[in-house]
Amino acid sequence: MGKFFFAAALLSVFVGAASGRLPEVSAAAVGESTKAVELSIKLLGSLCFWSGMTAVAEKSGLTKILCAALSPLLKLIFPRLKNEEKAMGAISMNVTANLLGMGNAATPLGISAMKELSRMSGFSKSATEEMVCFVVMNTASLQLIPTTVASLRLENGAADPLDILPAVWFVSALSLFVGITAAKTGFFKKT
Amino acid sequence: MSVWIVPAAVIFIVGFGIFKKTDVFAVFTEGAKQGLKTAVSVLPALCFLMTAVGMLRESGAVEIFSEMVFPLFEKLGFPKEVLPLALLRPFSGSGALGYYEELCRELEIGSFAEKVASVLMGGSETTFYTVAVYYGAVGIKNGRNTVPAALMADIAAAILSVFAVNLFIPQ
Repeated sequence: MGKFFFAAALLSVFVGAASGRLPEVSAAAVGESTKAVELSIKLLGSLCFWSGMTAVAEKSGLTKILCAALSPLLKLIFPRLKNEEKAMGAISMNVTANLLGMGNAATPLGISAMKELSRMSGFSKSATEEMVCFVVMNTASLQLIPTTVASLRLENGAADPLDILPAVWFVSALSLFVGITAAKTGFFKKT
Repeated sequence: MSVWIVPAAVIFIVGFGIFKKTDVFAVFTEGAKQGLKTAVSVLPALCFLMTAVGMLRESGAVEIFSEMVFPLFEKLGFPKEVLPLALLRPFSGSGALGYYEELCRELEIGSFAEKVASVLMGGSETTFYTVAVYYGAVGIKNGRNTVPAALMADIAAAILSVFAVNLFIPQ
């Protein structure tokens, strides 16, 4: 990230100097962090609300029910894990957390799933097919209700901030399908 | 239909909690506190990355780069304003979020370009961060086809957003 910042800043100064936009670049360097604070404040309410809601879903056992409902689908994606209860459990908890938009819960659950998969592979340094699929799944968005996007749209005057929902689901599902297919078919596969 | 989904989800979650005799209010406030912590914990990264992205944006470098890549996307009807977001999305979650917020303010809400940006933002994730965290955690050195597969999914998401907005959202 440090390198990214360095490269971005250097490039901005060069391009800015060439195009005569150095004053704007300088203003951004001074003032952009204020915008970061504004953005955090804008998101504060919806982040609190949905974190609270997901905590209720977890405590009441709703998360577990969703998890059980997912397992047939996950067995299709990970056929070799059919009898690996621990790995399957961690994977379905991770997917459930992703669906509900519990980003902070999804990552630790995902890491424990990875640990399980790593143990099964004899702690290999090279990713197994299951790991590739699982990581690719996590790089696609599974979130059912994109609350951050919705709250920013609402903030800027959208009448129905979730009118994009069917389109978001369509994009998530199909891009996930593309990712998993690419992971599974061994397209680009290097050993 | 979409106006029903969130209220229904909220009622269902709370109703199920009451049915299962959960102390809904106490659990909610405890969870909401976690959300507060998350918001505070992402702020430093946002400050760092938004400054870098902001400088790039103001210098005009992003426009120049978008201009170079745009012909590839033009035929698909991809809106030009949204292209930097699509290029940023796999690399930086906070950077993309900052850029998206900017777009929300500048574009008319409900316009084609704004909808494509929102669908793209809602339908994709920060690829490289996820790969680094998950493989880093278990010491994988060779991710094999993970990154190409994940990037194919990202490209698919960008192309599909245009298609999905045309298909599902009445203009």
